[in-house]
Amino acid sequence: MKFIENFFQKYRNDFEEGGKNYKWRTFYETFFTFAFTPDITTTKGSHIRDSIDLKRTMFFVVIALIPATLFGMWNLGYQHHLAVDGVDDLNIWGNFWIGFLQSMPMILVAYIVGLGIEFLFAMKHHHGIHEGFLVSGLLIPLIMPVNTPLWMVAVATAFAVIIGKEVFGGTGMNIVNIAITARAFLFFAYPTMMSGNKVWIDLAGKAPVDGYTGETALGLAVQGGAEAVNNAGMTLMSSFWGNIPGSIGETSTVAILIGALILIYTGIASWKIMLSGIVGGALMGMIFNWLGPQYFPDNLYLQVDWFHHLVLGGFMFGIVFMATDPVTASQTEKGKWIYGFFIGLLAILIRTVNPAYPEGMMMAILFMNIMAPLIDHYVVQGNIKKRMKRLKPVKA
Amino acid sequence: MSTETAEIQLKKPKEGLFSKKNRKLITDPLDDSNPVTVQVLGICAALAITVQVEQAVVMSMSVLFVLMGGNFIISLLRNVIPNRIRIIVQLVVVAALVIIVNEVLKAYLPDVSTKLSVFVGLIITNCIIMGRLEAFALGNKPWPSVLDGFGNSMGYAWILIIVSVFREFFGSGTLYGFKILEPLGLYEIGYMNNNMMILPPMALITVGIIIWVQRARNTKLIEAN
Repeated sequence: MKFIENFFQKYRNDFEEGGKNYKWRTFYETFFTFAFTPDITTTKGSHIRDSIDLKRTMFFVVIALIPATLFGMWNLGYQHHLAVDGVDDLNIWGNFWIGFLQSMPMILVAYIVGLGIEFLFAMKHHHGIHEGFLVSGLLIPLIMPVNTPLWMVAVATAFAVIIGKEVFGGTGMNIVNIAITARAFLFFAYPTMMSGNKVWIDLAGKAPVDGYTGETALGLAVQGGAEAVNNAGMTLMSSFWGNIPGSIGETSTVAILIGALILIYTGIASWKIMLSGIVGGALMGMIFNWLGPQYFPDNLYLQVDWFHHLVLGGFMFGIVFMATDPVTASQTEKGKWIYGFFIGLLAILIRTVNPAYPEGMMMAILFMNIMAPLIDHYVVQGNIKKRMKRLKPVKA
Repeated sequence: MSTETAEIQLKKPKEGLFSKKNRKLITDPLDDSNPVTVQVLGICAALAITVQVEQAVVMSMSVLFVLMGGNFIISLLRNVIPNRIRIIVQLVVVAALVIIVNEVLKAYLPDVSTKLSVFVGLIITNCIIMGRLEAFALGNKPWPSVLDGFGNSMGYAWILIIVSVFREFFGSGTLYGFKILEPLGLYEIGYMNNNMMILPPMALITVGIIIWVQRARNTKLIEAN
């Protein structure tokens, strides 16, 4: 390790202000902090420092995303065989290889475009590149249908990084989640490529077998409720394991829960948001299960079991990886309960009541991202009020 | 001879029609005090009608007519309008001008008129117009008022037209109704029109990007903190 450090120290002066390579300082800083924890010490304020800086935090999230990514790749291959040959092929490596070839270009495009833009901005401001995009770059492809053209991935990533993040001041300043911004952009800009039954499975130019629809569980639920979902083989168990069509990384609840455990164990994501989100979703589902058959018999979506809702679509993925984004979520502990609860509640509400948006998770998270500062404000104000009350008797 | 020169010197030096001060009335609203990007007025219409360049041009011309006419008339009347009812007088003048514009558009450009729908009528409530009448025409002579009206509507117009160029090009693949992207064969190789460009939020974002570029070039506009 010493020789790497010597290598960095040797060229250090060239990259200082006034040095001949000052222009390229971004690259130097990025690779230096990638290899070593910087030796900067605080001069005022808090002196407590953790070795977990932003870069290491982001790595943990990427590690937590790996199970969902790998399973997503395998599932792409599985769905491909199911659609093209009609075979229930559970072969691990063959399926994984197909999915890998289909999804890797998207991941690469997202990283190259996003990091390229980040580098440009970082070079302009002469600071190291911020690490936030390590996670966003992986999240963006994972929440898109596999058939999304690469140029759309590039445009959406550029939009999300520039409009979602850089205009607000870069990493840590964004109001809404970057990956969700990218998806929302595509959802509104190219609706035909982001919904319907043609985009979720890469047929690789072959014709699907007879009777194959390619509809996702959510699409089916809009049309025929729980019965249609179960008839298409997307039962509670298969939705839980994840061999159903959907966006690349979102299908398997098991893989996402493994990621959730990693995030909670390392303390990076808030378990309060995850738990309250699930409670909120379940509660809304129960209310609809109870009211639906009596008052809205036409809307079959309302009658999908509440526990089935939790494993369908992007609900789990959103709650675990998107809602818990420490930048855009509520900061106060009480606020996190409220924030998570309403994400779950709104996701199921939008999903079932508005057939134009079969998946409400994206909208719910965006909406609550914007509401998060408001929640925090009232939590803080409430706390101040409570403590002021305690003061009064002393004064009197 | 000598008496004549003395007489001329006694008179105030007459200001030229396009003196430096008057030219500033036109150039200032284009950049430094742009009604849309700096004062953030008239945003509502700017978001609603910039889907196509044609609509933006017609809207800009309507605002140009109403603002120049309104400024001129109010400036003529400025000494006889009682202060307490000045707003209602301004409204009457603007409403009359807007009705003229609306009728002309209905008669000669019915297609654009239907697309613009209520937004021509809503020029009455456009903050730029009431703002200029209040802030400028009530206190200045007719000619500078007309110039001020011209400058402000041009400042409004160029923002609208730039936004609409972006929105029409990326949203529909056309410019002023001419198909640009279809003859190039872009759609066959997988290009698609960006639907979001047609939705109002994208107009807001485009205006935001224009403000960003403008402030990067014109550093006077950046606030101290």
